Amino acid sequence: MKWKLEKKDFQKFLQGLMEDYDLFAPVKLTEGVSEFKKINQPEEVYLNQLFTQKPAKEVFFPQSEVMFHYEKRGGQTQTISLEEIERERILLGAKPCEIKAISIIEKVFMSGESIDVYFLEKRRKTIIMGLACNHPLSTCFCTSTGGSPFLREGSDLFLIDLGESFLMEGITGKGLSFQENKFLKEPSEEDLNTAQLIESKAFQKVDSSVPVEGIEKRLDLMMESTFWNRVHEKCVGCRICTYLCPTCHCFDMVDEGGPQRGQRVRNWDSCLSPLYSLETSGHNPRPTGRERTRQRIMHKFNYYPKIYGQVACVGCGRCILYCPVHFDIRKAILWTSPKRPKKYEERSSS
Amino acid sequence: MIQEKIREIAKDLLRTKKVDLVIGFGEWTLPLRTTPLFIRTPEGADHLVWNSFCENNLAVYLHKFNQFKVGVVVKGCDARSIVALTLEKRFKRDQLFLIGVPCQRMVDRRKVKRAVQGEILHAFEEGDQIFLEGEEFKTTLRRDQFFYSSCQTCIHRTPLHTDVLMGDPVEESPLTEILPEVKAFEEKSPEGRWDYFKKEVSRCIRCYACREVCPMCYCEECFVDSSNPKWIERGQLPSDLMFYHIVRAYHQTGRCSGCGACERACPMEIRLTYLTQKLNQEVKDLFNFETGIDLEASPPLSTFRMDDHQDFIK
Repeated sequence: MKWKLEKKDFQKFLQGLMEDYDLFAPVKLTEGVSEFKKINQPEEVYLNQLFTQKPAKEVFFPQSEVMFHYEKRGGQTQTISLEEIERERILLGAKPCEIKAISIIEKVFMSGESIDVYFLEKRRKTIIMGLACNHPLSTCFCTSTGGSPFLREGSDLFLIDLGESFLMEGITGKGLSFQENKFLKEPSEEDLNTAQLIESKAFQKVDSSVPVEGIEKRLDLMMESTFWNRVHEKCVGCRICTYLCPTCHCFDMVDEGGPQRGQRVRNWDSCLSPLYSLETSGHNPRPTGRERTRQRIMHKFNYYPKIYGQVACVGCGRCILYCPVHFDIRKAILWTSPKRPKKYEERSSS
Repeated sequence: MIQEKIREIAKDLLRTKKVDLVIGFGEWTLPLRTTPLFIRTPEGADHLVWNSFCENNLAVYLHKFNQFKVGVVVKGCDARSIVALTLEKRFKRDQLFLIGVPCQRMVDRRKVKRAVQGEILHAFEEGDQIFLEGEEFKTTLRRDQFFYSSCQTCIHRTPLHTDVLMGDPVEESPLTEILPEVKAFEEKSPEGRWDYFKKEVSRCIRCYACREVCPMCYCEECFVDSSNPKWIERGQLPSDLMFYHIVRAYHQTGRCSGCGACERACPMEIRLTYLTQKLNQEVKDLFNFETGIDLEASPPLSTFRMDDHQDFIK
């Protein structure tokens, strides 16, 4: 089912959604920087930046989240768990790559024996209105990792920006439930053709040559490779690539407060930080950048695929664009492959 | 040409085994960027480049290689960091071979990106011009319109105390005496300053890139990472974000070379150098001290003199 939403009606459309849902969408923080936030006024929605720095995972898995409060009363410690969210949510304006990433995190947090109630609650109560990626960047390689700039999977409703209007596609039952919305109109033949043209153009722009295929097997043989001795050298150990990664989902839990009352909080954590694997004894099984960089690559392209059958990278390119020392994960992937440059030992970087 | 000279020197250093490795800059995959390179063979030195995109302060890597003899390509600010680190006894000066490059001021890639519509796919510079190419455009910009703010106020562009200098020293004068941002900050009321500071750091995601790219941030355990005692919570509360940034800036007082690496690294584009530049100015005014100029003078906040200012004690 496809409809058309005129941009002049867009804010009124959003206003309508906000009556029934909490709306989460990109908001501009300053020139060139935006973030997914709860929308208070429709005009806050900012879709002009290709992607936000922190990805859409934050709507389901906030950087810092209070899990429960505790308080000692009499001889008893009472806890109040905070997983429940009051209103249903709509996530608007997430890109296909970061929506695919949410499904990658779901496999960890929502399958098997341990269910993460905090993630589950938000995921269950969220309708995703994805936005097609009309203008992928040269750093995008989603088609190399099994995605596409117009991947509908994961979206309930899928928006394509046609300039003066959006073409909307109902993908799931949740998405189709909006068909009665008064702002949605019948799209013309021309609208559909335009959308198709934009889609094929966008698809062609994305680099599909990054050799991700077979990387799990290749990395099986590389645990002690000399490759790691060099590839990490320029990494300064900040957390940008992991915090900005749509699939990275490691967290650390801390108790804030005292014996009488306090709260348990979970915060994003990063395998690039020395603290991540530091044990109480003082021993650190990943003592240098070599082991930490290896962990980052291995988790995405070897450990995760072993368990879930797909790589934990969606090719969004955030880690390439925002790395302060210009580490390029595409090169790291390339160098595990037979296509690698012959003299790679000479070049210390990735 | 500077780039050729750097390669020659690097080759010679590696061939004669005067150093174990040379740290310099190389081309990589993105336009308007370079990447730190670690060269160990004379042939590898052919990958070294020099241009207005050599924005990293390579002194940060010297901690990692403090067991080695290292040749390192330095700009004025980088060399000052190295002097400061040597004074803090992080390594011995004779472990290092400093390949100094009189700096032409580095170009702010974000400013350049914002000056054009569409993605820049290729960029190169020639003289005072930067040539840019995208899918649907070709354009030329004037280099001097796009310097990093830290580079605009830089006085010591010619690196000091180097082992070799690539090219002639450059003029020792800043483009602007005071960073416009520092000036604007000074002119604000205390409340206005607080608001500005608060607004900037509210974007912080605690990736600590500003800390990790800074050569002066080398504490074995940063105060934010200490769990016993715990000085700061790990979450995103504004008070914790502010606390981190205040202490980070304070720890730089009298130690910061003003290279601006912290601000360039920040993915959230938080302004940081107005704080450090302001502190640098205060140190200069109060103690007549500039970081990394004098090989002997200890940073004023790590030493004392009987005639130190005491008028702040009431």
